[in-house]
Amino acid sequence: MIDTPDGPVPTGELVLSLRGVSKNFGAVSALTDIDLDVHAGEVVALVGDNGAGKSTLVKILAGVHQPSSGTISFRGKQVTLADPSAALTLGIATVFQDLALCENLDIVANIFLGRELNPLRLDEVAMEVRAWTLLNELSARIPSVREVVASLSGGQRQTVAIARSLLLEPKLILLDEPTAALGVAQTAEVLNLIERVRDRGLGVVIISHNMEDVRAVADRIVVLRLGRNNGIFSPDASNQELVSAITGASNNSVSRRAERRQARQDQTALHDQKGEPRP
Amino acid sequence: MSREAEQAAPVPPQLDRADVRVKHEAGVGGAIRRFFDRVRSGDLGSLPVIVGLVIIWTVFASINPIFLSSSNLVNLLFDCSTVGVIALGIVCVLMVGEIDLSVGSISGFASAMVGTLWVNQGWPVALAILAAVAVGGFIGALYALLFNRLGMPSFVSTLAGLLAVLGLQLYILGSTGSINLPYGSNLVNFGQLLMMPKFVSFGLAAVPGIVMLVTGLRTVARRRAANLSAPSAGGLITRAVVITVILELIVFYLNQARGIPWMFGLFVGLVISMHYALTRTKWGRSMSAVGGNREAARRAGINVRLIYSSAFVLCSMLAAFGGVLSAARLASASQQAGTGDVNLNAIAAAVIGGTSLFGGRGSAYSALLGIIVIQSIASGLTLLDLSSSLRYMITGAVLAIAVIVDSLARRSRVSHGRA
Repeated sequence: MIDTPDGPVPTGELVLSLRGVSKNFGAVSALTDIDLDVHAGEVVALVGDNGAGKSTLVKILAGVHQPSSGTISFRGKQVTLADPSAALTLGIATVFQDLALCENLDIVANIFLGRELNPLRLDEVAMEVRAWTLLNELSARIPSVREVVASLSGGQRQTVAIARSLLLEPKLILLDEPTAALGVAQTAEVLNLIERVRDRGLGVVIISHNMEDVRAVADRIVVLRLGRNNGIFSPDASNQELVSAITGASNNSVSRRAERRQARQDQTALHDQKGEPRP
Repeated sequence: MSREAEQAAPVPPQLDRADVRVKHEAGVGGAIRRFFDRVRSGDLGSLPVIVGLVIIWTVFASINPIFLSSSNLVNLLFDCSTVGVIALGIVCVLMVGEIDLSVGSISGFASAMVGTLWVNQGWPVALAILAAVAVGGFIGALYALLFNRLGMPSFVSTLAGLLAVLGLQLYILGSTGSINLPYGSNLVNFGQLLMMPKFVSFGLAAVPGIVMLVTGLRTVARRRAANLSAPSAGGLITRAVVITVILELIVFYLNQARGIPWMFGLFVGLVISMHYALTRTKWGRSMSAVGGNREAARRAGINVRLIYSSAFVLCSMLAAFGGVLSAARLASASQQAGTGDVNLNAIAAAVIGGTSLFGGRGSAYSALLGIIVIQSIASGLTLLDLSSSLRYMITGAVLAIAVIVDSLARRSRVSHGRA
């Protein structure tokens, strides 16, 4: 592992801290006064309904969008993320939802894409060794790094995308919907992968719609609703708590459905107590 | 790297051989099986063009034995060099998934420029050539600008360029319409007469094998040191020896007649340089990446616009240079230069040689192999004394077959997970 000049991050250190971040697209405020903290060795899940501003927030952290107001501190220093390469050089790596891999290139070429060793005479041996080291650190199950990405399964591609994001030794890694397109086994693989990345002492931000996945890996769950913070939960918070935070008030389609069901169950129980026939 | 080697030292399996699920076939039998596996899944490489070449040569040689005579083949090499250089540029734009339909016009314009600047205006010949190639590069930069900034599809911009540049060519040639380049000048000698001395051609034919052996053995040593699997040195030596013997035999046969033209040597030199640039440099990697998945390349921090620009500029410059060579070959710059089938032959050569029209897959060698196929057909049909009407039809049919093979192979690659 190549250490960046400012050294490794001790576990528990505050890696990223957002204060009062807002983002307006014209008249629409996509994000309002967002606060977010991510520590080293911690998985923070970002959940919320469609349009809650999760992806906008990730794009701000990846340097794709710039916030309209608010401050971003990275490892205690206030920073501006002007473009994707600024975020990358700071040590914020992003795995986009569509992975952004070149299917016609092999795994080594994809991992080193844009950061090839020795540009005028590619050092294939060193790149292959480094690729294997990265993949082995993630306990990846990749048969050969000289296969083109087109021949890999969804889970393997996810692994390659994560390995690529680790190449620059980031301090923080953002995963946008890493399990959305995956089967049961592949999802489990990716969740294992996230835990291994966390155990390496990185801060991880994961966006997901899947509450089960979120509970499985997250140390904290940050809920966004309509572009605002709407509570921070621990992974053992009840489903109802989370759902009501995500959807807003307790009066919504999900909770009404739950209430109806509860009422029916109560009624059945009442009937049983009285020994009357069930309606 | 040494640290990794130490870490892995107590564990015998090599880094890339740890996964027991993958078959790694070794030896000659394994290599043959791997080859058939690859072909079956649609990764054809140079196979169709070599099969095609064998068929074409067999047919023409059985009809007219002169076809395979060394003097005819030497002429073939002269003809290959001019359009081959243009096809090399086409490989560049096809790699990024774009096209340049104006290479014929650019080559004709470049030959006209050399004619007017050198013969009519009295410029030094080197300066005239340089100016022609520079103007070619400028036209390519213009296409790149239209493509990058205005989002104009290269198909349309170069189609417009085809006509506009042809107009320029007619304009600078003026009413005479044709300029003869002086016989006996270095340029015309280079295009028609200049042959490698025998010892030079035999020496050069040995170079590929030697380079292959030296770099191959060095790679094997480095991979062993890094605890990666490495091919056996024996196989490497066998391959190098086979290649050297084949090349020396070809050179020996051609030396029975006039020998190897320097112009063909220049063309092969360009092909080898391009091959190195496409496979061994960051630029080449970026070209494949942009051709394969433009958005992924952009997010990986590659300057996608710069890569597109380099492809267009390089293509137009090579087209212009090819035009200069064909002017030297014909000893004239005329209104007909670069028109007719030059455009299509260049594109067909690249595609027949195995560069995909869909971007991201290709090799500089496809220009060399493809142009030999195209010129073999042209030469064979000329020997049969067939009219150009038939020649056009047959060349068109061969191009169609090549594209069909490309499309089918691509479909097969997709279904075998190798796209």
